[in-house]
Amino acid sequence: MSTPVLQVNDLKKHFPLRGGLLGGTTGYVYAVDGVSFDIAKGETLSLVGESGCGKSTVGKAVLRLFDITAGQVILDGERIDDMPSGTLRPMRRRMQVVFQDPFSSLNPRMRVRDILAEPIRNFGLAKDGAELEAKVAALMDKVRLPRDAVNRWPHEFSGGQRQRIGIARALAAEPDIIICDEAVSALDVSVKAQIVNLLQDLQKELGLAMLFISHDLAIVEHMTHRVAVMYLGKIVEVAPKRSLFAAPKHPYTEALLSAVPVPEPGAARERIILKGDVPSPINPPKGCRFHTRCPYAFDRCRTEEPPLRAVADALGEGHVAACHLHDLSPAENPLSGSKGAALLAAQ
Amino acid sequence: MALLEIDQLQVHFRTPDGINRAVDGVSFHVEAGETLAIVGESGCGKSVTAMSMLRLIPEPPGKIAGAIRLNGKNLLELSDREMRQIRGNDISMIFQEPMTSLNPVLTVGRQIGETLRLHQGMSKAQAEAKAVEMLTLVGIPEPGRRVREYPHQLSGGMRQRVMIAIALACNPKLLIADEPTTALDVTIQAQILELMRDLKHRVGAAIVLITHDLGVVAEVAERVVVMYAGKKVEEAAIGPLFRNPRHPYTQGLLGSMPKLGSSLHGDETRLAEIPGLVPSLKQKIPGCVFASRCPHATDLCRSVAPALELKAPNHVAACHYAPREGAMAA
Repeated sequence: MSTPVLQVNDLKKHFPLRGGLLGGTTGYVYAVDGVSFDIAKGETLSLVGESGCGKSTVGKAVLRLFDITAGQVILDGERIDDMPSGTLRPMRRRMQVVFQDPFSSLNPRMRVRDILAEPIRNFGLAKDGAELEAKVAALMDKVRLPRDAVNRWPHEFSGGQRQRIGIARALAAEPDIIICDEAVSALDVSVKAQIVNLLQDLQKELGLAMLFISHDLAIVEHMTHRVAVMYLGKIVEVAPKRSLFAAPKHPYTEALLSAVPVPEPGAARERIILKGDVPSPINPPKGCRFHTRCPYAFDRCRTEEPPLRAVADALGEGHVAACHLHDLSPAENPLSGSKGAALLAAQ
Repeated sequence: MALLEIDQLQVHFRTPDGINRAVDGVSFHVEAGETLAIVGESGCGKSVTAMSMLRLIPEPPGKIAGAIRLNGKNLLELSDREMRQIRGNDISMIFQEPMTSLNPVLTVGRQIGETLRLHQGMSKAQAEAKAVEMLTLVGIPEPGRRVREYPHQLSGGMRQRVMIAIALACNPKLLIADEPTTALDVTIQAQILELMRDLKHRVGAAIVLITHDLGVVAEVAERVVVMYAGKKVEEAAIGPLFRNPRHPYTQGLLGSMPKLGSSLHGDETRLAEIPGLVPSLKQKIPGCVFASRCPHATDLCRSVAPALELKAPNHVAACHYAPREGAMAA
């Protein structure tokens, strides 16, 4: 594989908690606590997990919307996490974002033309007015909106159309990577399908790398090449799509997959209902962070944190998981067999 | 006789730029103890239908017509006082947002006890004891301690359990659940759906489940009403509806959902899109409400509104071209 477009090494982001009489720091929210991954050109990596697992914080840290606590973010071979803002500015062009809420992410006082022209002007991507006009028109074509809609205001569009404008704005800067933070979650089912198809077409056409942050596993399975599962600020499993959905190697992934309601009445599925809630990231559990809810936890899980390492997978290479179960013999390991495959084959 | 009968329900809102026909002539019924799901996308009128069953639609600007009969009694003809006897007692409701639908300054116990003291004349002590019992029923650990806590001390999933406890406290005959799991994470959603299935067997209340998530429908409902632009377009038991949807809108909805496990079958086709947008409810649509987005629409569809027809036993759809039983086309 060629050099990845984006590389993230041991990223940490701890938010200080203020309180007490003098407003000093009383603790930290360990929102992201040591996350590493990379994304190649033309590849989609999905970051999945439930609310509060830190997936959006990773997205914002990559975009450098705030400074990180520790670790490295490398865009096309250059470290951007400690880059001064002057040199960072041209790098920002190369990574763009599509936000979740199409109603609050477009400036209501700008016409669509100005929304799309702003990044083109800011980064000096057009020589003159005519080229700018042509680029705006081409963007409208790319996201399949009528060209004459450039004179309209955001409030005149539906949610799905606004999301198309948001995507066009991200493409305007001609980026190498797009970060989609729950970009289709706020949309209705039928419109969601339109936007998912659009994103896939654009990626193929432009060879974009994509970091797709989502909690919707069915959409992720449809969109992605690889998946990273996060739980309480850590990545617990990374695998190519097929391996992850066929045979998850972390108990959290297994439970997450079994919890998704499937639109098929009477589907025979083995359901794992996790007990309790996600613990607080202010005071994460010792040992494996998932041990408080894990159906297979044993003594070692409560004291020793499992590292992410390669696990055996019949379906292919590149499957890593952080779980002590893989030190047990295959007979004792509930995740070794083809349980996941059987589960999904039953559908 | 059915427990609840909705007959030609119309809910119109007067707005500065015309009348919004949020619900336009919808009829269905709910049998005692069954779970009926009403599905559709934003703006199809499913939540307005639910709100009007409890007469929670402000009038004006709203205007409700038709009939909503609970055990034969038309709720639209009751006085406000009589209606208060029904709410929380015969019919209760679970809302989507567990964060905003609980009162932040009252303990959980007070809020569960409120309906019991009001409708069943319980004393404060009796109501609290019953509140602890209800918290146990909905699976909250340490109910004796939790009953004295405030909503902010509970997680989202626990708040939704409290909402369910409040709704079930007076043994209602009908429970309306409006997107009860939409705001929750998937593992918590699985817990709440499991709880709802379990409680249905134990409590025996009929449930009207309002949702946009066909996955949730398949897991808990027995019968489904599909709504589009203020109209009922299809109704069937879940098996036939999912296996053999008759209305092009239902077919489109099912086709546009990615299925978990698709990558394992090499099934990486594009998602089916429903082109276009939901029409504005402010203009009267002459023909079929779905005609502007339907792949099979003809001039007939654009001019004449299709009636709801029986396409198979217990399976109705409003489409001129949906095949009847025996004459199935792929």
